[in-house]
Amino acid sequence: MKTDTFKLRLQPPWVALTLLVAGVLLLPVIVVAASVFLSSGDIWQHLYDTVLAEYVANSLLLALGVGCLALPLGVIPAWLVTLYRFPCSRQLEWALLLPLAMPAYIIAYTYTGLLDVAGPLQSWLRAAFAWQYGDYWFPDIRSLPGAVLMLSLVLYPYIYLLARAALLEQSASVVEVARTLGVKPAGAFFKVLLPLSRPAIIVGLSLVLMETLADYGTVQYFGVATFTTGIFRTWFGLGSSIAAAQLSALLMLFVLFLIILEQYSRRQSRYHDTSTRYNRLEQKHLHSLRGLPALAVCALPVLFGFVIPSGQLLIWGMQTWRTSMDSGFFTIVMNSIELALITAVLAALLALAVSYARRQQPGIMTNSFNRLLGMGYAVPGAVIAVGVLIPFTWLDRHMSHWFTLLSDTDPGLLLSGTITILVFAYLVRFLALSLNTVDAGLAKIKPSMDEAGKSLGLSGFRLLRRVHIPILRGSLLTAVLLVFVDVLKELPATLILRPFNFNTLAVRTYELANEERLADAASPALAIVLAGILPVIILSKAISQSRSANA
Amino acid sequence: MRYIHLIVLLALIPPAGPAQEVNVYSGRKEALIKPLFDEYTKETGIRVNLVTGKADALIKRLELEGENSPADLLLTVDAGRLYRAKELGLLQAITSVKLDKTVPENYRDPQGYWYGLSVRARVIVRSRTKIKPARLSTYEALADPAWHNQLCVRSSSNIYNQSLVASMLAHHGPEETESWIRGLVGNFARDPKGGDRDQIKAVAAGQCNLALVNTYYLAGMLSSGIDAEVDAAEQVALFWPNQDGRGAHVNVSGAGITRSARNKTAAVQLLEYLVSVQAQEWYGKTNREFPVRDGVAGDSILQSWGEFKADNLNLAILGENNQDAVRAMDRAGWK
Repeated sequence: MKTDTFKLRLQPPWVALTLLVAGVLLLPVIVVAASVFLSSGDIWQHLYDTVLAEYVANSLLLALGVGCLALPLGVIPAWLVTLYRFPCSRQLEWALLLPLAMPAYIIAYTYTGLLDVAGPLQSWLRAAFAWQYGDYWFPDIRSLPGAVLMLSLVLYPYIYLLARAALLEQSASVVEVARTLGVKPAGAFFKVLLPLSRPAIIVGLSLVLMETLADYGTVQYFGVATFTTGIFRTWFGLGSSIAAAQLSALLMLFVLFLIILEQYSRRQSRYHDTSTRYNRLEQKHLHSLRGLPALAVCALPVLFGFVIPSGQLLIWGMQTWRTSMDSGFFTIVMNSIELALITAVLAALLALAVSYARRQQPGIMTNSFNRLLGMGYAVPGAVIAVGVLIPFTWLDRHMSHWFTLLSDTDPGLLLSGTITILVFAYLVRFLALSLNTVDAGLAKIKPSMDEAGKSLGLSGFRLLRRVHIPILRGSLLTAVLLVFVDVLKELPATLILRPFNFNTLAVRTYELANEERLADAASPALAIVLAGILPVIILSKAISQSRSANA
Repeated sequence: MRYIHLIVLLALIPPAGPAQEVNVYSGRKEALIKPLFDEYTKETGIRVNLVTGKADALIKRLELEGENSPADLLLTVDAGRLYRAKELGLLQAITSVKLDKTVPENYRDPQGYWYGLSVRARVIVRSRTKIKPARLSTYEALADPAWHNQLCVRSSSNIYNQSLVASMLAHHGPEETESWIRGLVGNFARDPKGGDRDQIKAVAAGQCNLALVNTYYLAGMLSSGIDAEVDAAEQVALFWPNQDGRGAHVNVSGAGITRSARNKTAAVQLLEYLVSVQAQEWYGKTNREFPVRDGVAGDSILQSWGEFKADNLNLAILGENNQDAVRAMDRAGWK
């Protein structure tokens, strides 16, 4: 304890400032967590007696299913495109990231449109074979397994992204050493490369699981009663926002438990590449017949996670684009891009500051800040929104009070009801993405680099600018792009917090899709996907280049 | 002296104060209300600013913003939410002879905290080929085991189902209602999923023979211009339940003036505009809902369904019973 206070005193002002900003960002999470001290009457007894067990079971099954499916969907293609050359492997490198641009609730709508009882496929089957409903077996897409499939198809890219980046960083010499020790080529992947990439893969997996637990749109549409749908049912149906916040706090606690468990499991290991020599991993050519299975394996997630749903959206969009692309459409596109860009850049800067503060001043304070700041990612957006509204409206009330005293005019709300509150909520929700990315990047820079910099007389901000930022360029870009794409897709917080007469693509899509006007919703949905594709492709190029930059 | 006319004219023009506006928090989607606001602005010059979203979330925002809230009007698509806003002290009572005269008593708050703007009915749709209308009668009868495996309805998380159950609670009390829910759930052909249009499509595809839906979804499909939607909608027929008794379950979209309203006069004026004959006709033509007042030319699809008797239960009761309805559905296993 004594050393801690001593350290705190020693901190340069910018570290203190960083911690202050981070502390403000923690407020919404704290507000949600603090709800456990409030009374919510007998609602918990009711939930416990009736539906709670189902919520918990379904959420666990969902998370387990998505974890088990997204892991191979992400890792296997990452392994194939990084270590082998086969037909189209260059294109697949970036195409595998495309499903990232597809919001989960939209892929759910498109597959339901295609595969449901009333959809074209089943209707065709019935017409072609003169069947009635019930004469044939067809899997029900709107079910728990269906939700697992939908979420895995759009979330696996996080694992792919991080696994590929990690594999690219491995030096060929590691594999060579393994080979001289008698390990077969395929074995080298499982025995050496995979364990070395484990931290990155785990980070990817934890992002996938957090997003899965926070998902509302997909499970709600599929009629799967999970913890998240329960939160909203409690809030909207039972009319208790306190009990809803308490359920969210429970969800956060569970995620925190997972994070601690993961950290504990690798407490002894440090994964530094200690050698100073870096040799590119050689890509092995897989010739025609052996290349085809690899092509098939890598093309599958792209086909189902992107090509088919986009195709369906395109078909719908063709029917309706004339009416949906009205004069306001361009404004909406610009609103979405503006919000995404502002948030993404701020999130990357914040992540850099927080991670760097922790590197310079490791300690309980900075460590736990890092962990807690990522928690927002596991909380449904609407709950975050309320967590943001509480401190913002409080502040507004007091500012407005003083303003009135000083100037005799009533300014109303100064912060809430502006874009500021939206960006703030996005930061709370998505900081985990940039924080994890930048943190991982920073961790790979050996401490000896810092020392070398210091011995050259660099310190503080100049050390960061001259030594770390140049090496981190790839990670920072990744952080910006991941947040950018997620803000484009974000719906619930936007819906609650946005200013008057202000819409985004996600809001427009939701309003139409929610009225079950799927065809009308297709144009804004496609616009989200299109706006997300470009960053995704840049992202992939950046990672490929990081391989050579690392040398 | 030649300019006297001009001077008189100038004197008649109101001084250029701050531009008038009304701020609306709307649980109703933009496409289903903004055209009316635009029309109002064109007629009066009063700007209408709009935020749409989920009603409960907007109510929470209103609650947290407190007296500083910029919102003047809260608009929702069900009476239960307005009741909740009133209970939370977020609305204020108003007196408007126009509103009181136009909106029937059971479609507005007894003290004038909120007014219904359009009427929506929750009805039974049946497969045209498989179910003869003579076999149908009431909501209550849908719990009969004879309908085993034949009924489709969306999740009980949906407010329309909650309101229906809330009305059952008002008419039959908790025990009878809960056993009715159990019977209903026993007749489900599939786990509840999707929206109301989905239920209609499932009936058309043969997965179920009956469904509970709101009327405007059926009308929306019939007039969508998309072949698959029209085909599905034409394979089902609408049945008005409980016509020999209390009438079909109805709800309203409605609105109330917020307690913090800074533009109260303009907001009341907007509310009055929304129940004008012209606006009420628009509700029918665009949203395919029933007008809240008499003497409005209806939409052709709505007219084709004929006259119907609506349950005249005061809608505030739906809000009162909502929580109990959800609890009953939780206990009876309606997912």
